[in-house]
Amino acid sequence: MVVKRSLGEKIFDSLNIIFLTVCSFLFLYPMWYVLVSSFSDAYAIASSRVTFWPVGFNFNAYKLVFEDARIWEAYGNTLFYVGAGTAINLVLTTLGAYPLSRRNLDGKSFFMAFIVFTMFFSGGLIPAYLNVRELGLFDTRWALLLPGAISAFNLIVMRTFFQGIPDSLIESGKIDGANDIKILLRIVLPLSMPVIAVMTLFYAVGHWNSWFAAMIYLQDRSLYPLQLILREILIQSSAQNMLSGATQDEVFRISESIKFATIIVATLPILVIYPFLQRYFVKGVMIGAIKE
Amino acid sequence: MALPSKTASRTRSAGKFSPLLRRMVANRYLYLMLLPPILFFLIFEYKPMYGALIAFKQFNPYLGIENSPWIGFRNFEKFFESYYFWRLLKNTFLMSFYSLIIIFPASVAFALLLNELRVKKFKSAIQTISYLPHFISLIVICGMIIDFTKPGGIINSLLLWIGIVNEPIQFLILPEWFRSIYVGSGLWQSLGWNSIIYLAALSGINPSLYEAAVIDGAGRWKQLLNVTLPGILPTVLILLILNVGTLLNVGWDKIILLYNPSTYITADVISTFVYRRGVMEADYSFTAAVGLFNSVINFTLLVIANRISRKTTDSSLW
Repeated sequence: MVVKRSLGEKIFDSLNIIFLTVCSFLFLYPMWYVLVSSFSDAYAIASSRVTFWPVGFNFNAYKLVFEDARIWEAYGNTLFYVGAGTAINLVLTTLGAYPLSRRNLDGKSFFMAFIVFTMFFSGGLIPAYLNVRELGLFDTRWALLLPGAISAFNLIVMRTFFQGIPDSLIESGKIDGANDIKILLRIVLPLSMPVIAVMTLFYAVGHWNSWFAAMIYLQDRSLYPLQLILREILIQSSAQNMLSGATQDEVFRISESIKFATIIVATLPILVIYPFLQRYFVKGVMIGAIKE
Repeated sequence: MALPSKTASRTRSAGKFSPLLRRMVANRYLYLMLLPPILFFLIFEYKPMYGALIAFKQFNPYLGIENSPWIGFRNFEKFFESYYFWRLLKNTFLMSFYSLIIIFPASVAFALLLNELRVKKFKSAIQTISYLPHFISLIVICGMIIDFTKPGGIINSLLLWIGIVNEPIQFLILPEWFRSIYVGSGLWQSLGWNSIIYLAALSGINPSLYEAAVIDGAGRWKQLLNVTLPGILPTVLILLILNVGTLLNVGWDKIILLYNPSTYITADVISTFVYRRGVMEADYSFTAAVGLFNSVINFTLLVIANRISRKTTDSSLW
C-alpha cells in the first residue's frame, strides 16, 4: 500500500516506534543488568553504582560459581532430567496423539474426553503428592520424570498436526502391508518434524525451568536440579538477609556477587538457543490455537 | 463425518457378526499404542482424583486412603468457619482479577501496536524480545524481583534519585505492595507471549477488507475501528471468557517464592495455603478438602464460562 501518510499518521507511527522501543528496553534491561552485574565488583553492586556497564570488571563471581561443586552436580542432574524427561514426554505424547488422530478409531471420542477432562479438573496438590509417595517414587529421580509425563494440551496440539497428514499416505502404507506401528515410524513421524521440534522445545524448557516437583518430592541433595540450588542462592539467602537485616557482612557480599553469575550460568543455554528457536515456539502456540 | 463411514463399513461386512470387533482387531496396534498414555492418565491424574476422597476422611497414613475413617464434610466446615477462609478467597480472587484487568487489555493493545508497525524486521525483532521473558525460569525472575525491589536495589535507587521517596521502600515486606509486584512482574513475563494469539488473529483478517476501507476513504484510525477490532473481537471474547473461568485458579509457584509471613495478609492464596499446611505441615485431609473445594469452584466457573462463550461467540473449549 503506497498511500501517502497524513501528519497525524506520521506522528502516531513515530510515537508507536518510540513506545515499542521503550517496551523492548524494559523487556531486556533486567537480563542486561544481571549480565553486567555478574562481571562487576561486589562493592559496586551493593552501593548501586552498576547501571548499564560493568563497574570494576572481573571474573571473580564466575570463579566462585565454577568452584562450587553443588552447582556442577545440579547442572548434571538438570541435564539428565531434561534429556530423560523430554524423551519420556515425546514417546508417550506421540503414542497418545497418533491413534487419536485416526478417523476410524472406535472409542476415540471417549478417550479424548478422558484426556481433556484432566485439563480442567484435578484432584489437587495433596492427593497428587500422596500418590507419588504411595507409588514409592518419593525421593527418587522418577518423581520428576513420571508425574506430568504427558501434557494433555501438547497431546492435543500434536494430534491436530497428525490430523493434517493426508489419509492417502497412510492408506498407501496399509496397501504396502505396513502395520500401524510401521506407518507411524516410517510415514507419519518423518512428516511431523516441525511439531516434534515444537514439542521437544516446550517439554525441554519445562524441565529446565522446573523446580516445584523437585522441591516437594526430593530430599536427597545429590538429586537436586539446578533450579533448586538457584532457589537457595537467590531466594532463601536473600530472604534471610532481608529479614535479619544483615547487609554488610562477608557472607552477604559473597552471596551478592555469586548471585548474578549463577543466574547467567543457569539461563545461558536458553538465552543462546532462544533466538534461533523462537519461531518454533510461536508455531507451537499457533497450532494449539487452531484447535480452539 | 463419522456416520457415512460407519454405514459403509457396516454394508461391507454385511452378514459377518460384530463389525465393531473386526474393526477393533484391525486397529489392535492403535489400541496398543494408546495403552501407555491411558495408564499414565489413570495413575497420575485419575488416581489422585480418587485420592481426593481423603478430604472426607480422617486420613491416617498407616491405615491408607481406603481404611481411614469417614468424617463427612467436617474438613470443609472447618475451612469455611476458619478466619482465613475469607482472606484466602479474597486474596485469590484479587490476585487474578488485577492480573486480568491489567494484563489482558495490555496484551491486546500490545498486539495492535505491533500490528501497526510497517517495518517487518523491526516488528519481528520486538516480538522476539517480548517473548523472551516467557522462557526465563521463575526462580530467576523471582530472584531478580527480590534483588531489584530491596532497599539499595535498582528500583529504590531510581525512586530516590527522582525524589519520589525520601527513604527506600521495603517492597517485599509491606503487604500493600505484594499485588502490585505480582501483577507488574506478571505483565513483564507474559505481555509478549499473550499477544501471539492476537497477532495470529490479526494476520487472519482478509486484506481485501482493508483495501475496501481505503477505497471508502477510511484512514488508519477508521480502519482500526471498523476492520481490525471487529476482526479480532471473537478471539478476544473467547479468551476473556476463559480467563474469567480461571479467576480462582491462582498458582502457588510465584507466590511461595516471593511471600513471607509479613505479607501473608495479602499474598496468601488458596493454593499456597494448601502447600504450606499440606505438604509442609502434613495436614493432609484438611488441605485436600481445601484443594478439592478450589478444584470444584474452578471447574464450575470454567463450565459456566464455556457455556457463555458457546452462546455468545459460537466457540467453546468442548
